[in-house]
Amino acid sequence: MSVLVLAEHQQGSFKKKSFEAVQYAAGIAQAMGTTVTALVLGNAGDSEMQQLGLYGAQKVLHVADAKLDNLNGRAYAKAIAAAAEKEGAKVIIGLHDVTGKAVMPRVAARLKAGMVAGAVSQPDLSKGFAIKKTVFSGKAFAHVNINSDIKVVTLMPNTFPVKKGEGSASVEKLDVSFEDKDFGVTVKEVNKVTGAVPLAEAELVVSGGRGLKGPENWGILENLADSLGAALACSRPVADSHWRPHHEHVGQTGGTIRPNLYIAVGISGAIQHLAGVNGSKTIVVINKDKDAPFFKAADYGVEGDAMEIVPKLTEAIKKFKESHN
Amino acid sequence: MKILVCISQVPDTTTKIAFSDNNTNFSTQGVTFIINPYDEWYALVRALELKESGAATTVNLVTVGKADAEPVIRKALALGGDEAIRIDTDSNDPYVVAAQIAEYAKSEGYDLVLCGKESIDYNNGSIGAMLAELLDMNYVGFASKLDIDGGAATVKREIEGGEETDSASLPLVVSCQKGMAEARIPNMRGIMAARTKPLKVVPAADIQPLTTIVAYDMPPAKTGVKMFTADNLDELVNALHTDAKVI
Repeated sequence: MSVLVLAEHQQGSFKKKSFEAVQYAAGIAQAMGTTVTALVLGNAGDSEMQQLGLYGAQKVLHVADAKLDNLNGRAYAKAIAAAAEKEGAKVIIGLHDVTGKAVMPRVAARLKAGMVAGAVSQPDLSKGFAIKKTVFSGKAFAHVNINSDIKVVTLMPNTFPVKKGEGSASVEKLDVSFEDKDFGVTVKEVNKVTGAVPLAEAELVVSGGRGLKGPENWGILENLADSLGAALACSRPVADSHWRPHHEHVGQTGGTIRPNLYIAVGISGAIQHLAGVNGSKTIVVINKDKDAPFFKAADYGVEGDAMEIVPKLTEAIKKFKESHN
Repeated sequence: MKILVCISQVPDTTTKIAFSDNNTNFSTQGVTFIINPYDEWYALVRALELKESGAATTVNLVTVGKADAEPVIRKALALGGDEAIRIDTDSNDPYVVAAQIAEYAKSEGYDLVLCGKESIDYNNGSIGAMLAELLDMNYVGFASKLDIDGGAATVKREIEGGEETDSASLPLVVSCQKGMAEARIPNMRGIMAARTKPLKVVPAADIQPLTTIVAYDMPPAKTGVKMFTADNLDELVNALHTDAKVI
């Protein structure tokens, strides 16, 4: 028995959210009195994989098959199930992200394991295996108990602060045999947005709404985002009017984000928008309407015209950064 | 080509969420239910487009729900589709929902199963991938574009930090999101036609839930907003650094 965690990587390098997943798995393993095995799929170097030990993995299982370098739900699920069987894992952890959402439900269905998608707490083992997750697109939380023998949990990224420890992990190879049908989906073309911070994993986000009046005014938001190293987001009307691309839309029918800082400019704060962003740790609202409902959900507010406030705030941040370097 | 579209009924997006029975049940009192937006705007409309273009012969709709789900499935039929199937049980365990649909669909010969990227009530986003596993089909999640050419599909999907175009062989499950199609409004002819379209009620298979929701709670209320003006933005930046510790 152990806790198995899928440690995602991009071309062999592990991101913070993967360390967060390993650390989360380590917390569960400790509470259950067992150990953590991290599973790495596709090409990755030993020294990178050994880093997973610093976050609580005792062992790394590596399926070094180049066919796994690209996400493939069927093949990934097969490999995870094989690793779970080898380790006798009763708890399988992944991330609630593009990879985890494509793969972990497959694993759950394959193993007939109950699943909690998007966990924001450690399991409460006092009455079973109850985990908190957001429901109704962030308007509420549910505590979900998993009743099955094997349990699958995907962690919402950026839920826990990541702390580097001092452990070490041994790396062991695992061979999994695949069939052609495991690769029924093949990649024809990849378009990665280069340079920009991906919105879903951004720690700082600057977001604009209709109050900015038009796409031509986005320059001031871009400057503010640059001063912070933040990603850009927008409200639904902005995406629907094609002022900004759809992938920047956050809210109940767009992306759900939980950055450390969310700065909303010219967004009134409709309930559907709040649902997508109220997991943010700190919210700053800039709006010229003092009655904008968003102020009630904010930690900090500035009443005023975006065209005046945003450039001034950008200057204030630049000044702060210069004096703190 | 036969398409199955999975439809879920969810509380309208403007619903104020409340719970009853000592916070163990979602209170449906006064709640208006709608078709899950991702199921409606993207999965269903794209399926109808594929039929209109001649790529598909049949578009059927399926929902897992009790009789109270019928108004919503009729609304979906008003947009289009040949017939609807209601599997007569209710569950918020994603495995139960997926397994019930799979139990019905496995002998029906569907080539393509479409669903929304997630439902806006329980936000699991799990049904598509679970269905693919249970039906032994390929799966592409979070798709923003889908074209069918003979026995293969070309699908554009979201990946880490970008997009990817995939080629996938049928049978296939696709979960759909923004970009897939433009939302439609049902017209009077559609609404009239929906009244007489077949709505089959299928008894539920004996499938036990693997998870149980034991309690709900609400996010902690904010303690009150601290206001700044154009003249003291330095203090705001300071607060973000020393109090909120986010910069």
